[in-house]
Amino acid sequence: MKKIALTNSQYIMKKGKILRTRQLTDFEKLFEISLEGGERLDHEPGQFIMLSVCGAGEIPISVSSSPSNISSSFEVCVRAVGKVTNALHKLEAGDEIGIRGPFGKGFPIRIFEGNDLLMVAGGLGIAPLRSLIKYVFDNRRDFGKVHILLGCKSPADILFLDEIEEWNQRMDVYYECTVDRAVPEWQGQVGRITTLIPGVHLEPERTFAVVVGPPVMYKFVIKELLAKNIPGRQIMVSFERHMKCGMGKCGHCQIQHVYACQDGPVFNYDEIKYLKESY
Amino acid sequence: MKDAQYSVLRKEQFDGFISRLSKLQRVVAPVARGYNNYSFEEVSSGNGISLKYIPTILPPKKYFMPQRETLLEFDTGRGLNSEAVVECEKMTIFGIHTCDLAGIQCLNMVFTERPRDYNYLMHKRKINIIGLECNEYCDEYASCALVNASTPSGGYDLFFTDLGDRFIVHINTQIGENIIESTKFFESAGKSDLEDLTELRAGKRTLFTKEVPVEPRYIPELFDRSYNSKVWDELGERCLACGNCTLVCPTCYCFDIKDEMDLGLKSGRRNRIWDSCQLESFARVAGGENFRKERSLRQKHRYYRKFRYPVEKFSRFFCTGCGRCSRTCMAGIKLKDTLNLLIEEFEETVSTLMEGNY
Repeated sequence: MKKIALTNSQYIMKKGKILRTRQLTDFEKLFEISLEGGERLDHEPGQFIMLSVCGAGEIPISVSSSPSNISSSFEVCVRAVGKVTNALHKLEAGDEIGIRGPFGKGFPIRIFEGNDLLMVAGGLGIAPLRSLIKYVFDNRRDFGKVHILLGCKSPADILFLDEIEEWNQRMDVYYECTVDRAVPEWQGQVGRITTLIPGVHLEPERTFAVVVGPPVMYKFVIKELLAKNIPGRQIMVSFERHMKCGMGKCGHCQIQHVYACQDGPVFNYDEIKYLKESY
Repeated sequence: MKDAQYSVLRKEQFDGFISRLSKLQRVVAPVARGYNNYSFEEVSSGNGISLKYIPTILPPKKYFMPQRETLLEFDTGRGLNSEAVVECEKMTIFGIHTCDLAGIQCLNMVFTERPRDYNYLMHKRKINIIGLECNEYCDEYASCALVNASTPSGGYDLFFTDLGDRFIVHINTQIGENIIESTKFFESAGKSDLEDLTELRAGKRTLFTKEVPVEPRYIPELFDRSYNSKVWDELGERCLACGNCTLVCPTCYCFDIKDEMDLGLKSGRRNRIWDSCQLESFARVAGGENFRKERSLRQKHRYYRKFRYPVEKFSRFFCTGCGRCSRTCMAGIKLKDTLNLLIEEFEETVSTLMEGNY
């Protein structure tokens, strides 16, 4: 059979070079990546890329850095959990990987502007949310009150500790963190992330909530947010799904008639509340 | 541009036609493969072709979207270098039934929708299609009349209808005309040929009637009301999650993408291979969460991908009534039975509601 080179294939990858890596916890590592020729990724906060470690495979990964970054590089925070992520963790600065994207619908930042924000992250959910948090900090005056609530299994699982310390110091953000299981040195709150929400002072009609975490987390967090009278269309959720193409074809990310890769990964609650497969 | 044209091929010329065509390009056609099984395979003469066949084990989608195809070749020896590729060749598929023509039309819609799939489009461009009419039902599993796929509606270059001692051939495209011209076995059709075709089609209209007692336009609503039906639980209890139903389906196109390394561990390729939403791992993410863990949910998903979700997006059902899923299911899950159960359940609900009202 004849083999023909395709110049317009959607599977063509851009070359990405790992500039720096930073071990965040035993399992999570942050990678700073630059595209060939200094090209910008040009993503929206909340969008994802398809990242290839050739030979191991290709995976969807959310971008952790803000497009408002001055440098043209971007960051992804990856937990070593499968074949590709474990292969990626073995790579070092200077190594090359494949990048496709960005894909999907990110957080609707233009709609957020002029409103208050309540950002809620559970565990690794901070990885996609960090792209929004950093964007908001870089453009802080475009937004009203900003709340960040963070929930982790244990203090050792908290990602981006140094940055969190900085959020804690800022006067223009309300930040709180809770862990499911404390250790003796832990000075913060203990309990599920849902316990933090009732104490937040917010004006529901002008507040947009952003929730990123595992299904068991967003299910209960959304309940608390609705109890706070935040309208459904102002509650944004970002979904994690299995994906192979990023183009609404392979079928893996399908939630009933919706494709997380094209229609999402960010949805508002009204869009997904009747979709039983969404949680 | 001339009007729709018809030609005639005498039966005794059929072998010669296929032989000559196969010298010009690769020809594949349905051939017998053991008891009551057929398969599209390469042929070099007309004699090996099964002109009467029940739907082949795999539909012709295997030529448009091969079970395994290379999307990308890469080399990691000196940094990362990669090139997108497609492996394809010019060919003619002879003998595609109307159900499978409909299946190809469905796949065309999916893969030409943006973002386009250029691997698929290359295959599509290289393949000529010759359809073949079913004069009668293949077997009891077919439900092509329900989804309006028992008569041709485009999707072919040439379309053959068996009129006993001859075929009447509809020429639908210039490519079809070129095939006729280059093989030189065809005569122009006369009045009696066209009359015979009209008569055959009229007979088919009484023979092929919707196989399930529901108006097709109500099917989306039937599914809207059946999301929580117990029918899905029953299917889940029987389903073995083998994935056969989706692999043989002419409109199932879900895929996996996997890398394969050469022995030197420097170069390799990225392959697309068929996948199935019926497999347990299909919707599972790396962290372990599985969004369609139950077999009942996966079976339900399959049916909704045929009768509900594509109606919104593509204005048609993604079931062509070929019956392959029912024929191949080891647990005896039959599409017509499933639809009948949903209809029965729906009617029960309606009558219960009515009784409550009066």
